[in-house]
Amino acid sequence: MLDYIVIGAGVVGGLVARELTRYTDKVCIVEKEADVAMGATSANSAIVHAGFDAKEGSLKARLNVRGSEMMEELATELGVKYKRNGSLVVGFSDEDKKTLEDLLERGNKNGVKGLKLLDGGEVRALEPNIGEGVSCALYAPTGAIVCPYELCIAAVGSAMDNGARLEHGFEVKKIEKIDTGYRVFAKDGRMLEAAYVINCAGAYSDEVAEMAGKGGFSVHPRRGEYMLLDRECGSLVRSTVFRCPSKMGKGVLVTPTVDGNLLLGPTAEDISDKDDTSTTVEGLARVRALASEQVSGIGFGKVITSFTGLRSVGSTGDFIISCEDGFVSCAGIESPGLSASPAIAKYVVELLVASGARLDEREDFIPTRRAMHFFSELSVEEKNALIKEQPEYAHMICRCEGISEGEILNAIRTEPRPRTLDGVKRRTRASMGRCQGGFCTPYIVELLAAELGVDYTEVTKSGGGSYINVGRTKEA
Amino acid sequence: MKERILTCIICPRGCTLRVTLDEAGVPTSVEGNACPRGKTYAETECTAPMRTVTSTVRCTDGSVIPVKTDRAIPKRLVFDCMKEINLLRVSPECAVGDILIEHILGTDASLVVTGKKP
Amino acid sequence: MAYLSDEKISFGIVIVGGGPAGMAAAVAAYDAGERDILILERDNALGGILRQCIHNGFGLHRFGEELTGPEYAYKYERMVEERGIAYMLDTMVIGIDKERNLTAVNRDRGIFTIKCGAIILAMGCRERPRGALNIAGTRPAGIYTAGTAQKYVNMKGYMPGREVVILGSGDIGLIMARRMTLEGASVKAVCELMPYSGGLARNIEQCLNDFDIPLYLSTTVVEIHGKERVEAVTVAEVDERRRPKLETARTIPCDTLLLSCGLIPENELTKDAGIPLDAITNGAVVNGDRETDVEGIFACGNVLHVHDLVDYVSEEAVIAGTSAVRYIRGESGRDADIALKTDGRVRYTVPQRITSLKDTVVYFRVADVYKDAYLVVKRGEEVLYKRKKQKLAPGEMETVKLTEEMLKGDGGELRLSIEMA
Repeated sequence: MLDYIVIGAGVVGGLVARELTRYTDKVCIVEKEADVAMGATSANSAIVHAGFDAKEGSLKARLNVRGSEMMEELATELGVKYKRNGSLVVGFSDEDKKTLEDLLERGNKNGVKGLKLLDGGEVRALEPNIGEGVSCALYAPTGAIVCPYELCIAAVGSAMDNGARLEHGFEVKKIEKIDTGYRVFAKDGRMLEAAYVINCAGAYSDEVAEMAGKGGFSVHPRRGEYMLLDRECGSLVRSTVFRCPSKMGKGVLVTPTVDGNLLLGPTAEDISDKDDTSTTVEGLARVRALASEQVSGIGFGKVITSFTGLRSVGSTGDFIISCEDGFVSCAGIESPGLSASPAIAKYVVELLVASGARLDEREDFIPTRRAMHFFSELSVEEKNALIKEQPEYAHMICRCEGISEGEILNAIRTEPRPRTLDGVKRRTRASMGRCQGGFCTPYIVELLAAELGVDYTEVTKSGGGSYINVGRTKEA
Repeated sequence: MKERILTCIICPRGCTLRVTLDEAGVPTSVEGNACPRGKTYAETECTAPMRTVTSTVRCTDGSVIPVKTDRAIPKRLVFDCMKEINLLRVSPECAVGDILIEHILGTDASLVVTGKKP
Repeated sequence: MAYLSDEKISFGIVIVGGGPAGMAAAVAAYDAGERDILILERDNALGGILRQCIHNGFGLHRFGEELTGPEYAYKYERMVEERGIAYMLDTMVIGIDKERNLTAVNRDRGIFTIKCGAIILAMGCRERPRGALNIAGTRPAGIYTAGTAQKYVNMKGYMPGREVVILGSGDIGLIMARRMTLEGASVKAVCELMPYSGGLARNIEQCLNDFDIPLYLSTTVVEIHGKERVEAVTVAEVDERRRPKLETARTIPCDTLLLSCGLIPENELTKDAGIPLDAITNGAVVNGDRETDVEGIFACGNVLHVHDLVDYVSEEAVIAGTSAVRYIRGESGRDADIALKTDGRVRYTVPQRITSLKDTVVYFRVADVYKDAYLVVKRGEEVLYKRKKQKLAPGEMETVKLTEEMLKGDGGELRLSIEMA
């Protein structure tokens, strides 16, 4: 019997599971997809908000500020790239300036440090490429960037290093209350029992809560479309540039990513389909128009990919985090969910303790983890020493991002092990560069097939029926 | 008298050929060709079109090697030729120039290896 | 191949890339008398992308016979072997500096640096991926560039799909339409955004018409459907400004979308070395010797500008190879500095500069289809050359020979233009 089942291997589920392994190794994470970090975690703005945005006193505000403070240390422990690049909310009018003053006041109440209002000249001194119409800005030096799926993979990996288990393709269909806790059933017939269940099911967290009889709230998806630009454009701005919210709407953000790309987006459109991650002509045009007002000189010819993320918006307007009869729900974790995620994990533990759970710290908990990108940070001498032992580190597979066979094999052999091309991509960045896998995917498919012990034709892009090849030649 | 417009496939230049045919469908004149091969092509194309087939052959170790017919075969036999090619299983040690099938489908063409195993 | 000791860390000429450009440059340099040559190839064999171009149509200019891609590559590989020119396979060049120090990595040597007398860049090009095209819709499996599909089918022996729509009528797309058809797939349509095809007329004929595959001009893919694997694409005609006319939209069921929407010279190393690039060609700016703005670093083949035919790639590589030999012997002989300018109808020229007063063949491409137009070369208002051209098209590289006579004279600038009749 397990102590904890965590439903959902997004960044929240991953960090909650890892936090729980500080106390016990009887933790199992169940995930309906073929890999971790497949939902909202796979596609969002990748930023750590300073915390001035959420209404004072709300869970969002408290957990954002606390999470933002925790993020750097956590990222260091987990070997995840993190950069405190600061953020700017830019305004275009006197009216905007007033809004920024309100935001400043709210930020101060929320306990955000170092907030400052800037005039047009000061903004330009900080960001020479800022849009022509920008006349004022709120500067938050504690704003930062982090990669959400990198954080999630590392969190799940750390949980697994500390004894947690991960069940893929485990789509929860029924939850039963038993004397000792809960029984959780998967669609395919698998069943697990645990004293406690933590529901981190993202867009489906309302349905999962309902299964346990702990519903009463709803979650709906809000679609956001993004464009990602070549690393050549990553230094156009140093900080994350938001637009001051106004009658005209919220604008988009223009931000460098920790990997040096430039990210634009998101749009915001409430929809009903919890899996609709398609992009639209109108959405991308909107991203383009808004981003161009905020920052000048964006090279739209250097777009390498565009994608859509779904945020889970809760019916209360705030994060919905509750604990009842040993069933915890973390729902409605929309923005600033990534920023708050380390604090959400701590908060869940606090709720469990308050409800009477016995949580004694393990002495053998390993907080640190080797960075997935460790190889790129070695000196030439260190690299050559490793290449001598493992020559595959000298065999370049992804030429755009400079990723070797050794790094890909290391990723495939490190928990949580990827089984799909997208999984390898998210862990290593292989095929994420400007050619988008044109050259390297046939090799990565080969490596995956060999490591998983499956036929070449069985390798998928992202699980299910997403086969890369449909058969052999000469056999039709 | 009929006329046919063709694109010559003999070289990358791709001349547009204007072919005049008599009542029996036999070409009587060709215009637009930059070289004599264009004329020959047009005449053959109107009477008995020919194509070179390039493909791959499966090796016994599962890999594939590139092959071609060393001369053009009647266009109507292209898919039959593919069937022959698809049935073959050859040694991965095949060398460039090795003949795999002589007189494929009774034509003058042979199926030859054009490259090494990848 | 010549034996290479681990201690050898300097070479006369180092060539980055062992495809048709790199091999031809090496052979030309050898034949010009240089012996200290090294080719660095990232793949496990010489030949570059030709290895997967198993169709015929190569070599008519260069060898006077029609060859398949692997055969063309094999001929050059034999020439490299016969001359004992050294090469390293599975070796990736990761950096070059202006002093011609080159850093590479392979299994045997790890990360190592070579001092080069001259460097010839011959890294080829890559295909434009979906992201750069900004097609709306889902992101399922089943979307590949034509070249990636070619690799699966021809090199690995796998079928990337069975019901195919191809976006872009570049030659690789056309070739793959035929190739997939021969392997039993059904190619539903080839859509081309422009009002003319990007590929050779003969490939339209023998790859599409032979198999009754429709080519829709002024048509593009506006949306991709399907969750796990492509299930359909929506295509629509475009107006003269290339905007989709949504009233013409229709959906074609398919499991695969192949993209053949242009090639981009692969110049990451070039950029990192601080070598200036031409914004139109996406390749380095070069002089008639194919020498970049950084002394002793040359470029040729598709890394310099995208060619129509491999034969022309080899031809250009000969210029780079022999020029590199003259450079390391101090015989470059620069006696001019003439910039070649264009008028917009001529999109670009290669070379962009001429630094020696000698007959120079200039390669160029035009921006649109022009019929019965004049190609004119002027110095200021003075017409140096004027010739009527029946048809000029963006898909076909043109040449004009600038004679020593034309290059002499005052003024550091010549202009190539297209004048309408």
